[in-house]
Amino acid sequence: MKQFQYTRPSTQQMALDAISKPGTKIIAGGTNLVDLMKRGVTAPDKLVDINHLPLKNINPTRNGLHIGSLALNSVVSENELVLQKFPLLSMALKAGASPQLRNMATVGGNMMQRTRCTYFYDTTMPCNKREPGTGCGAMEGFNRMHAIFGTSNQCIAVNPSDMCVGLAALDAVVVIAGRKGERRIPITEFHRLPEDHPEMDNHLAKDELIIGVEIPDNNFAKNSYYLKVRDRQSYAFALVSVAAALDIDNGTIKKARLAMGGVAHKPWRLFDAEKWLTGKTVSEENFKQAGQIAMAGAKGYEYNSFKLKLAPATINEALKHAAGLV
Amino acid sequence: MSDKKPCKSPDDEALSGESRREFLKKSTLLTAIALTPGVAVKAAEGQWDEKLAGVFEKMLLHIEVNGVKHSLMVEPRVTLLDLLREQLDLTGTKKGCDHGQCGACTVHVDGHRVNSCLTLGVMVNDKKVTTIEGLAKGDQLHPMQEAFLKHDGFQCGYCTPGQIMSAVACIREGHANSEAEIREYMSGNICRCGAYPNIVNAIQEVKDGGQTV
Repeated sequence: MKQFQYTRPSTQQMALDAISKPGTKIIAGGTNLVDLMKRGVTAPDKLVDINHLPLKNINPTRNGLHIGSLALNSVVSENELVLQKFPLLSMALKAGASPQLRNMATVGGNMMQRTRCTYFYDTTMPCNKREPGTGCGAMEGFNRMHAIFGTSNQCIAVNPSDMCVGLAALDAVVVIAGRKGERRIPITEFHRLPEDHPEMDNHLAKDELIIGVEIPDNNFAKNSYYLKVRDRQSYAFALVSVAAALDIDNGTIKKARLAMGGVAHKPWRLFDAEKWLTGKTVSEENFKQAGQIAMAGAKGYEYNSFKLKLAPATINEALKHAAGLV
Repeated sequence: MSDKKPCKSPDDEALSGESRREFLKKSTLLTAIALTPGVAVKAAEGQWDEKLAGVFEKMLLHIEVNGVKHSLMVEPRVTLLDLLREQLDLTGTKKGCDHGQCGACTVHVDGHRVNSCLTLGVMVNDKKVTTIEGLAKGDQLHPMQEAFLKHDGFQCGYCTPGQIMSAVACIREGHANSEAEIREYMSGNICRCGAYPNIVNAIQEVKDGGQTV
């Protein structure tokens, strides 16, 4: 690992000053960043350790819940308010990584984690995300884990987060601090599609810091489910995952929220399927139809075309669990 | 604290102006240019910068390991795993994949299990670390160590320290209530020999025995 300087600011202002310098990276849990540094995928001159900032809080707000960006994934997943108001978030968190990693990983770090595309990690291979302009190894390579939605001719990598898929279905909002003050972005607009700049995973500016995430109150707690399909039963990245949240009144769907993981460069909200489900009755037939609607625009590559069948089946299955049909 | 001492506190470091590191890089480069032919300068430059900067960038770390307090000088890039094994001679904690995928390096930091291979030493300043060497009380093995022996919870033994540290945490966290739950909450520890059924049995016995772990 390349040498770097290390600093440990104790206030948000000092952290913001520190990260605005070129060659700087923020470290929180370090579960992804340290790995990337060991592999030479990234080599910052300076690490800003933000763990001493007071951003671990989980507090109810007037119309929802605020979760500090330094709250640990394990702590959030077992927090009573989270379990009571947003069990979907807890399920998504527990589906990710291992207990050890969840004890280290933070909410903000989870949002900032990089893709696990093997071509991004292998510094001997071309990768437009790691080194813009070098090409994409995955496009014609072994692309079994890769995206089927929103790809570009530059990059077909997927966002690896489970937590963000849950947050997307819960209409969460990312709270960001910059030197000019705070701003808020819906989680669905926080990450971006690769387009011509796959090196940019999200819309966070270099001199900004995620300070928390806000989830608005909803009626999904009773009928939500996170279903993750992977190569082994636990501790593996998603082939496809689905966060399903339903507001059901007397067998009729009043409101639906659906998001998918493992299929795009960002948590993939299924707006058309949600709209179609609204007002429909709870039935497997309708859930299957929603799965078909969600697949509009999907495109498979040599080794990941199985996702074109797996994704709608997973949507149906997640909805069945959410609705209590299973 | 003088800038010339090979020790510094990273807390609230003054962030304005040129960093010492940058200064060092430039000054070594200037010296090198003055003394060496051009081609050699380029080849040696990067390496020497790194070596020299490394000496100056060690930082003071206070850490308590298995009840013993240590004050050490460490480079920021040294992981807790390497610190334990190379500097404190605690080689019970194993380096498996070194990338957070196998769990062989599992230790407890302030009572919580973590992957020491992905933890920078400087980030556990003022924290308490427990390794496999810290579980037994003298010659008296920890109940989980006893149970692993009794149930043959290992074959080659390489993953065992990590398995045991994880198993103790698994019970403390309250995640050892069924075979399925144990398997899920032990999923961060890989065993190539496939001792999983015996590991689960060992954990279940300790859990059912109700001893304090």
